[in-house]
Amino acid sequence: MEIIGLNQISPDQVMLWQWWFIKINATLVYTWLVMSILVIGSWLVTRRLSMDIQCPRWQTLLEVVVSTIRDQIKEIAHENPGHYLAFIGTLFLFIGLSNLLIIFPGYVAPTSSLTTTTALAICVFIAVPLYGITKHGITNYLKEYFQPTFIFFPFHVMGEFTRTLALAVRLFGNIMSHDKVIAILLAVTPLFFPVVMHALGLLIGLVQAYIFSILAMVYIASATQAHEGK
Amino acid sequence: MDSLTLIAMASIITAGLTMAIGSIGPALGEGRATQQALSAIAQQPDERNSITRTLFVSLAMIESIAIYCFVISMILIFANPFWEHIVSKVG
Repeated sequence: MEIIGLNQISPDQVMLWQWWFIKINATLVYTWLVMSILVIGSWLVTRRLSMDIQCPRWQTLLEVVVSTIRDQIKEIAHENPGHYLAFIGTLFLFIGLSNLLIIFPGYVAPTSSLTTTTALAICVFIAVPLYGITKHGITNYLKEYFQPTFIFFPFHVMGEFTRTLALAVRLFGNIMSHDKVIAILLAVTPLFFPVVMHALGLLIGLVQAYIFSILAMVYIASATQAHEGK
Repeated sequence: MDSLTLIAMASIITAGLTMAIGSIGPALGEGRATQQALSAIAQQPDERNSITRTLFVSLAMIESIAIYCFVISMILIFANPFWEHIVSKVG
């Protein structure tokens, strides 16, 4: 079952429910679905935490996920990952889960819409200066834009915007292109190849989630560590 | 030929050319990056984790160029603004 046609490149165009000026489209519904799975799932798991050697298997799963994210952050930032865990971990879990759920028929990944990915990229765009300012203070952070000379100021500002755009379009393009490849393959060779491509899509989805959060962490680390060499 | 046919023809040909030409550079770049990373891993297997992470990040950077081309060709085929403008004008 495909609710999104081949000629619609974004699930924003699939209108599910409309009343006056309130429009509920597929992106909104699936974003809330992913959010509720994450929230309710982690609430259910963390309700009964145990310190025994025999802990529940779901708790083991969450511990593995969280400690892996912490290790990755620590390798990039070289400092206590606690400050960044909430932001980077949320990005990774949201993008990863919304990409992994594509194996269920009828589901359209909210990350295959440019609005979702732009919202996530804008979060990174805002978080980078916030982390930089809380670490170094506002004057020290702004001074970094005029390094090595003041001529470089427009290039630094341009770099901020283009990397935000690149983050958004990269995630959107990868997931959307995979959706379209599946749809075209279903029309051409419907028997076996779509299964293989779906398996590849799970890999692509996780790699993209990994890359998005790693890049966000690299940008944050470059904003917070710029002064440490001096 | 009326303008509708011209726009459709130009869009389809340009979409194909965008993908064909736009994937040459990223393909060469990704191949070269992977080759260097593999030889680096072969020389220093201890540094595998950090090399692999850097490789993934740079592959994503390189691949985003090909993805831009793909998005452009997708827009040209499925969501062409000029086509829709002409269609809405003609009726």
